[in-house]
Amino acid sequence: MNQRSSNLLDEALGLDQASEPWPLKGRVVAIEDRVETSGSFILHHLLKRSLSRNSSNVSIFIAFAQPFSHYDRVLRKQILGWNLVSQRDNGRFFFFDMLKLQCPVGDEGITPGGGLIALYGKIHKTISALPEISQKNVSIIIDDLSLMEVAANGSSDHVLDFLHYCRTLTSEFDCSLITLNHEDIYSTEDGSTFLLQMAYLADILIKVEPLATGLAADVHGQLTVSNKGRNKASNFHFKVKENMVECFYPGRSRD
Amino acid sequence: MAAAKTRSSSFSGNLSSAASSLGPGLKCGPNGTVLLSSGIPDLDKILGGGFPLGSLVMVMEDAEAPHHMLLLRNFMSQGLVHSQPLLYASPARDPRGFLGTLPSPAASKDDKSRGPEPDQLQEKGLRIAWQYKKYFGENQLNFDGQRDGKHKYSNEFNLRNPLERHFINGQRVDCFSIQDSPDLSILQDRCTTFLSQLPRNDGSISCAGRIAIQSFCAPQCVYSNMEWEMLSFIRSLKNMVQSSNSVAIITFPPSLLSPSFCKRWQHMADTLLSVKAIQDDDKELAQLLTGYQDMIGFLNVHKVARINTQVPVILEATTFSIKLQKRRYLILECLNQAPVDGSSGTSYGTSGSCSSSSKTGNLDF
Repeated sequence: MNQRSSNLLDEALGLDQASEPWPLKGRVVAIEDRVETSGSFILHHLLKRSLSRNSSNVSIFIAFAQPFSHYDRVLRKQILGWNLVSQRDNGRFFFFDMLKLQCPVGDEGITPGGGLIALYGKIHKTISALPEISQKNVSIIIDDLSLMEVAANGSSDHVLDFLHYCRTLTSEFDCSLITLNHEDIYSTEDGSTFLLQMAYLADILIKVEPLATGLAADVHGQLTVSNKGRNKASNFHFKVKENMVECFYPGRSRD
Repeated sequence: MAAAKTRSSSFSGNLSSAASSLGPGLKCGPNGTVLLSSGIPDLDKILGGGFPLGSLVMVMEDAEAPHHMLLLRNFMSQGLVHSQPLLYASPARDPRGFLGTLPSPAASKDDKSRGPEPDQLQEKGLRIAWQYKKYFGENQLNFDGQRDGKHKYSNEFNLRNPLERHFINGQRVDCFSIQDSPDLSILQDRCTTFLSQLPRNDGSISCAGRIAIQSFCAPQCVYSNMEWEMLSFIRSLKNMVQSSNSVAIITFPPSLLSPSFCKRWQHMADTLLSVKAIQDDDKELAQLLTGYQDMIGFLNVHKVARINTQVPVILEATTFSIKLQKRRYLILECLNQAPVDGSSGTSYGTSGSCSSSSKTGNLDF
């Protein structure tokens, strides 16, 4: 499946050129969404781009939100004749089901955030075990960070530590790290430090917000992409469909 | 009605697993989901058929009015009418007492008719077609089945008549009081046990279960200040429900949670609703809306479950008025603006939305 139409989102991320080093290599992408506009479609889109790009790309999906069957069904509609089960069997897609992960409460001294340390170990091991060529083309996708915080009993410090560790992977193995979090769950007094830390950590920040006028059937919301690497910020509207996301500038129905 | 759909096709694969037979009170939904009724036919229509199995419904209460109880009552009654196992947890000392207030399905005679009398039409039809009955076979059974409340997917409930005892006794109904639990582990265990009877597998679904948790963060509950534990519980309940044939509904008063946790809870929900009380004698609202006198509250649909798909559901209207028709049937209606009174010079209100801001001051725009 080489032929794919790129859209404004791809342009903003630098994915529109079919240049060889995957533009997100070694980069951290942070996606922030809200109750009214869920950002999980961007994860699906990036997963699709990563896996259809060339045969040595590998994706590691850390799922806190939905089971494998949900993503399988969603991705099946995105690319015809293609599914996550076969990608998983071919060793190109690793699915870590974290739905039941819950760090035990109150064992601060023993293994603080023990579950997260084990998770990091697992990711590192998986990448190290890959063939040389694939090691350079790994994307780690996390859906989503707010649930990781719940699993860690609210200690965002542990989650941030975990993310910093994952960041070392971006320099050690040149992999890309893509995370989804919710912007509206942090109060201004104390919690916004987590968001700020993520914004600092991220090379590309994507905000998914509703329009100021509310929800509409033709325009599901707006995306604001800040790409530090290219020193570029873009803002446009989007509409999510079963098999793709349509992006367009305000006032137009397609780009 | 129980529909045994068998499809013979050359395609095999788990995508068509929903084609196998479904128990009473269940029907197929979009994207391979199976739906069950909320107990309020209007709400089913708004949500696209009902609640999908494996989803978590959350209802934000209004401290000024107990409208969430209406939703819970209808939800629970619908499940009992279809013999679906039920787990009910509430902060009351004796939750079983609540079962006495559940409404009974409206008898077909009392059925409010929104069109011509269905009985007469059916009889006319019968008179002409009775000799052809022998050719109908299976269809005839369905035809008779329509009159029997049990086999309908969704019932109208008569809030003035209590549910007959036989629906409640001898059923898998588990009631649990959450007031004195020091933490949520007991409730968690009860939910785990309940859901273990309803595992999800590819194949026929004979039975679906319902969990109803009322006023989850009510202050009289001992655990109500353990914010992260409550969130953890909701997350694990959601996971368990996702992998079982059941629907869970949790109501909670959002004013008792901190704003950030309230948002976290909202993100957890697959379907998110809120109910609002309506002031008596609000003259401005009375001018704005038709039928204001009959309304007892508002229902807002914030989020509709999207399972197995990434496309959000955008409704044409998200605010509905709650009315009691003939003081017994719960109905939801779209809001209609009253005709503007030209003489007074007031302008149109905002279309359809009745957030509290519309009550204050003038509504020019």
